[in-house]
Amino acid sequence: MINSTGTLARIGRIIGIAVLVLAAMVALGPLLWTITTSLRTPAEAFSNPPQWIPLHPDFSNYSAVFDKIPIGRFFFNSVIVTGLIVIGQTITCTLSGYAFAMVSFPGRSVIFGIFLATMMVPLQTIIIPVFVIIRYLGLSDSPLSLVVSALGSAFGTFLMRQYFMQMPKELGEAARIDGAGHFHTFLLIYAKMAGPAIATLAILNFSGFWAEFYRPLIFLQTQDNFTLPLGLVGLQGNLGTGSISVVLAGVVLAILPSVVLFIFAQRYFIAGITAGASR
Amino acid sequence: MSAAAAEVPAAIAKRRRHPSSHREAPFGFAMIGLSCLFVAVFTAIPIVASLGLSFFSWDVISSPQFVGVENYQRLFTDGPVLKSFGVTLGMALAIVVLQLTLGLALAVLVNQRKLVWIRTIFRTAFYLPLLASTAAVSIFMGYLFDYKFGVVNYYLGLLGIPNVPWLTSGLGAAATIVLIAVWQQVGFTFVLFVASLMSVPTDVLEAAQIDGAGPLRTLFRIKVPLISPTILFAAVVALINAMQLFDQPYIMTKGGPGSATTTVTISMYQKGFQNLQFGYGSAIAIVLLAAILIITGLQFLAARKLVFYQ
Repeated sequence: MINSTGTLARIGRIIGIAVLVLAAMVALGPLLWTITTSLRTPAEAFSNPPQWIPLHPDFSNYSAVFDKIPIGRFFFNSVIVTGLIVIGQTITCTLSGYAFAMVSFPGRSVIFGIFLATMMVPLQTIIIPVFVIIRYLGLSDSPLSLVVSALGSAFGTFLMRQYFMQMPKELGEAARIDGAGHFHTFLLIYAKMAGPAIATLAILNFSGFWAEFYRPLIFLQTQDNFTLPLGLVGLQGNLGTGSISVVLAGVVLAILPSVVLFIFAQRYFIAGITAGASR
Repeated sequence: MSAAAAEVPAAIAKRRRHPSSHREAPFGFAMIGLSCLFVAVFTAIPIVASLGLSFFSWDVISSPQFVGVENYQRLFTDGPVLKSFGVTLGMALAIVVLQLTLGLALAVLVNQRKLVWIRTIFRTAFYLPLLASTAAVSIFMGYLFDYKFGVVNYYLGLLGIPNVPWLTSGLGAAATIVLIAVWQQVGFTFVLFVASLMSVPTDVLEAAQIDGAGPLRTLFRIKVPLISPTILFAAVVALINAMQLFDQPYIMTKGGPGSATTTVTISMYQKGFQNLQFGYGSAIAIVLLAAILIITGLQFLAARKLVFYQ
């Protein structure tokens, strides 16, 4: 009897590991195929069986992608747009998150309540008025339209507020007695301690806005203004299936920055996911 | 305030210990100013504007015409748009169910691994798809699921299965897009569940083991109830996201074949931005928002019976 449950447990463990390995292969397979196929010559890119290990890597697709489309331009646009949003939201959300957590002012809970309510509203349901406002501001077809409309964030404010709430109020009071002003207390004491929360917010914003497709599709018309995801989809359309290895080289280049960042800052990615769950 | 003014010395002493809201107010308003401005102009006002616009007919060029509830009347008799709500609901439910079940199963299996580095490897593997943009994923998945040359059909062919019309038949395209969305998003629920399972107290699990509970019974009677608040959160977030499904069907199938993968957001994009019917597009947006709110409400209602708060 004891023996049979022992074997049963062992079989269960083996099945468990087999399922995990299979799932990992399914998760990684398409990404691996994308990389290895981007290293095949355009002629054999679509020939099966796929080459899982690039024995004779051919890097010509990576130069071809720069020749055939303005991918350098797309990259530049994406860096500017994502960079400005990350910096901008770090500033706006740190300021407002601190105020909602640490400063008392009339109407604080009502205003914060409005912030929380807007957090529930999906972007797609407000995109038409946002587009109209962008037009009125004269920012149609400008990469800056993506930046300006993303500088405030209710979620980011919420995230920063949660972090500041955990900090001891006594530190600030001590500094105030020593004669530090409100803003100095914030900047030199509390903001300095908020590093992990700022990193989490920055990483969340980077990965979200670097990958964004919907707003660029609606806001941008001229190819020169496209960000990477929008430009890549256009690239796929222009070239057809003839040279998918070139398209895939572009895809690999677009994913690369996120992967590099993930390698160095994995815990902030994870923190970003679990941060929302603590609501 | 007037009472405080009467006892001036006491009030000053009190203020020193507890700075009153009055004195901090200008600083507070200055600090929230930027966020308030941007959230108001690009989120709060657009919500009201979306609702307002839905009662107008507007092609952006000429001035808007008030039409009352005409846009809504049109919506509820517009077959293709109504169908897009059905398509979205069906795909969203499939995505949420698969994403939660797979995420939970993988999280439980990974949590059973004792070695940290093995857990890290699997966690990284399941997280990596999230790093790619939906645009990038739609591009390479489009090649992988190609009818003639795709790798998926190639391997199925080795197993003796004839080519599957993944993206060229209605059911196939809907199923493919569901699978691709789950493939990319499962890491999100997985990470949530792994973190949540870690917080299940070991003494509870040990007690269950001593009482002779097997692994399956421990999972469904102890672990799942204990992490049910996280499951609810994951279900709500996944469903809100899935109801807005746009990138994958737009890039891979343009909503087709026919209208098999035309989601609500694709209909809204077509009416609003391609046909320049901003009023009608807004009405679709408002009905989508209402649908999302109702479904989320239902989830919380169901959670009252199912979710276990410690």
